[in-house]
Amino acid sequence: MIARSLKGHALQCGAAVLIAAPLAAPLPLAHAQTRDGVHKGVFNPKTFTLENGLQVVITTNRRAPVALHMLWYKTGAIDEPAGKSGIAHFLEHLLFKSTRTLKVGEFSRIVSANGGRENAFTSWDYTGYYQFVAKDRLPRMMEIEADRMANLVLANQEVLRERQVILEERRSRIETRPESILWEQARRALFLNHRYGRPIIGWMHEMEKLSRQDALDFYKRYYGPNNAVLVVAGDVNVDEVRRLAEKYYGPIKRIAVPPRKVLREPPQRVERRVVYRDARVRRPSFGRLYYAPSYNVGATQYAYALQVLTRLLGSSSTSLLYQKLVVRQKLATSAGGGYSATRRGPSHFYIFASPQLGVSIEKLEKAIDVEIARIVEEGVRKADVEAAKRQLQDLAIFARDSIRSGANAIATSLMIGRTANDVEEWPTRIGKITVEQVNSAARHVLQRQKSVTAVLLPLRADITTKGEASQK
Amino acid sequence: MTFRMIFRQFRRSALATLVLMAAIPAVSSATTKVQKVTSKSGIVAWLVEDYTNPIISLSFAFYAGGVRDPVGREGLAKLTTIMLDEGAGEMKALAFQRKLENLSISLSFEVGRDQFHGSLRTLRRNGDEAFGMVGLALTRPRFDSDALERMRASMLSDYLRNSRRPNYLARRAFWSAAYPDHPYGRPVAGTADSLQAISAADLRNFVKDNLTQDNLVIGVVGDVTPARLAVLLEKAFASLPAKQKKWALPAVVPKLQGGVVVRKFNTPQSVVIFGQPGIARRDPDYYSAHVLNHILGGGGFTSRLYSEVREKRGLAYSVYSYLWPMQRSALYLGAVATQNKRVAESIKVIKQEWARIAKDGPTTQELASAKKFLTGSYPLRFSSSTRIAEMLVGLQLEGLEADYFEKRNSYIQSVTLDDTRLVARRLLKPDKLTFFVVGDPTGL
Repeated sequence: MIARSLKGHALQCGAAVLIAAPLAAPLPLAHAQTRDGVHKGVFNPKTFTLENGLQVVITTNRRAPVALHMLWYKTGAIDEPAGKSGIAHFLEHLLFKSTRTLKVGEFSRIVSANGGRENAFTSWDYTGYYQFVAKDRLPRMMEIEADRMANLVLANQEVLRERQVILEERRSRIETRPESILWEQARRALFLNHRYGRPIIGWMHEMEKLSRQDALDFYKRYYGPNNAVLVVAGDVNVDEVRRLAEKYYGPIKRIAVPPRKVLREPPQRVERRVVYRDARVRRPSFGRLYYAPSYNVGATQYAYALQVLTRLLGSSSTSLLYQKLVVRQKLATSAGGGYSATRRGPSHFYIFASPQLGVSIEKLEKAIDVEIARIVEEGVRKADVEAAKRQLQDLAIFARDSIRSGANAIATSLMIGRTANDVEEWPTRIGKITVEQVNSAARHVLQRQKSVTAVLLPLRADITTKGEASQK
Repeated sequence: MTFRMIFRQFRRSALATLVLMAAIPAVSSATTKVQKVTSKSGIVAWLVEDYTNPIISLSFAFYAGGVRDPVGREGLAKLTTIMLDEGAGEMKALAFQRKLENLSISLSFEVGRDQFHGSLRTLRRNGDEAFGMVGLALTRPRFDSDALERMRASMLSDYLRNSRRPNYLARRAFWSAAYPDHPYGRPVAGTADSLQAISAADLRNFVKDNLTQDNLVIGVVGDVTPARLAVLLEKAFASLPAKQKKWALPAVVPKLQGGVVVRKFNTPQSVVIFGQPGIARRDPDYYSAHVLNHILGGGGFTSRLYSEVREKRGLAYSVYSYLWPMQRSALYLGAVATQNKRVAESIKVIKQEWARIAKDGPTTQELASAKKFLTGSYPLRFSSSTRIAEMLVGLQLEGLEADYFEKRNSYIQSVTLDDTRLVARRLLKPDKLTFFVVGDPTGL
């Protein structure tokens, strides 16, 4: 997921979402406890569909008199034609230009003058736009968002200027960050056939050639009410949102969405390794991506078990990888892992570690292999699985606290072809996972022939292990 | 994900913007009704009751940040933040952290130059345990040597990584040039040498001298009554030392005299940090300056810098400016990143915009839009209990009253065009605007 603009601190961790799924998506859901202590996941969303196919979801949260208005399109980098990598994200930028009735920059000026905060984001599976406003400003936001669904106008000069901006964005996110360069290549190596192997932001040489026509073609093909989901969260009620949605989005005509060619992965049979050396690297790092099922593709029966496994293996400083590699063996300064099941296509399970000063990558990697092998052979403990499940279910309660988390979780689910109910049921389904399922999932996923190992190294061998300073 | 992501840091990152947020902060609704709660032993907290979810969010801060690191022990305050949950009382690190996790309690600490922040989030049902864990962490941290060495290694590793990162290098260059002889100029995250020098005794002294009752402000939001909170406050804070060690930080004007400082670094895009002296939070012109900055380089996609640098010229993905008031100094800061061969143009445009608004101020239209945005967007800040708790702490750190949430928009509303013109002339000093560039720029 790439946001249109990130500031300060956010920019520095922006690369995180290029690989991991949007953090908001897989975890957060929530609700009250029943007597047996199992959470019934409930943001209590209400949903309906307009005649033109636009699905509308409403989640209510009355903490403050505000409304989050989000429009999500079921298209993203996954739908880009060959040679046009980055066009989905580029188009997202261009939606802030002009329409038949709004001049360049006017959209953002209207949002701003209404006290709204706004942004947009692009992922492989979806593209989203949002405004966060005082609730009485909701009609105006709907009016202009509906307008740019159907009435985009692009002047060539504006397109060329904005292309400079996305090139700078690629420089900021990838070219100036050795670890991002490595991860981009590692993903490419992991997915043998699927478009998840191409970077969302695009390859530089293809981005440089993206044209106004490319953007308009993509826009016409995928931007329409029947290929979108409208989410409204906050201090709102269903009847009012229905009336507004019918008024502003209702008149927009359906489009003929071309059927998506589903690219399936061939069997993963060969262990891969990508190594990147860069003069800007002072400390080496280690990572590995394992090809993994998602909710939709592959051994989907493991999708929930893998979330429990992630919690046990790598989500915090009490997790197995941190405890073994950092605390006990003192080989690493950090270690962990992650996984998201919320993908239209296949997913991946990842682990990472940074060696201690004086420890070679080879030594660290051997220790990691031993730990992974131990998990596969001996399995995890039942008591740990039960604790992890409770913690995951509690996260669902916390998720209800913020306006955004419910909207994001439900929208993401709908984007990948699942339902709002899948989100609501999440705590219950997590609660049913057994230790046997976690162990089967580990055995299924943690196989070297389905993995890419990624290693980041300094250019000069002498600073590999010691981290010697050439300057202070 | 990046390789260096450490969950411990990850948990804390949300607090990084706290100071800025507090500086900017207003809105009337039931969720912003602030009560002052005093515990038996005199601990005061500002409370917003909210029974929507069975959650309690606690935020607190001490007036003690990286500026209190002894010379040669830079990084001490920050190392303390990551050591406080590495075991306390009878529990060693793993036992302490497991207990937090098993009870679904999030506890984290964060430090800036001036302040030391703590943040707790718990389910109501674990309130006693959670506040008790805060008390343990603050008053009986173990600082075991194996945990200390582990955290030291982690910070050292971060330092080494950062030392080849353009953003870090530009920020360090900026701060050390602005404050060459003042604690504000020293690195809060430490250096390779200073991190090696810190001992467990240093950590203990830092805690004993600074994390004290007279130095503490507290904000709480959530499912808790005033009476219940009074009990919980005792668990967390009653055992803290009463008084901090006497200490004074001199006021200082940043030594920024204009110009462009380049540090050569082989990378395709130059990172630029720029700044000049700023304005104090308590200055009567602060709100005018805040409105002015929104117009010049503030958030969203409408500022002059955004329009001139990004929209009209495609020079950058991100360009912005912000006021950064501190306890004893103030900065006006900004940042941009542009490919090496065009970065000179970015700097030229920023200088021009700085001079243009200094001379003429904003237009009537710009002022009206800015006020609409700043007042209209204020309620959006009250979007989660954690954020509101942080805002309650922010108010107290800035010396603002408990009715600030209701009054804040009137302060923005009262800013006139003349106010912004006067403050533009008074505050903006194009000849003092200093640029620190890290990259391989052409034409600089």
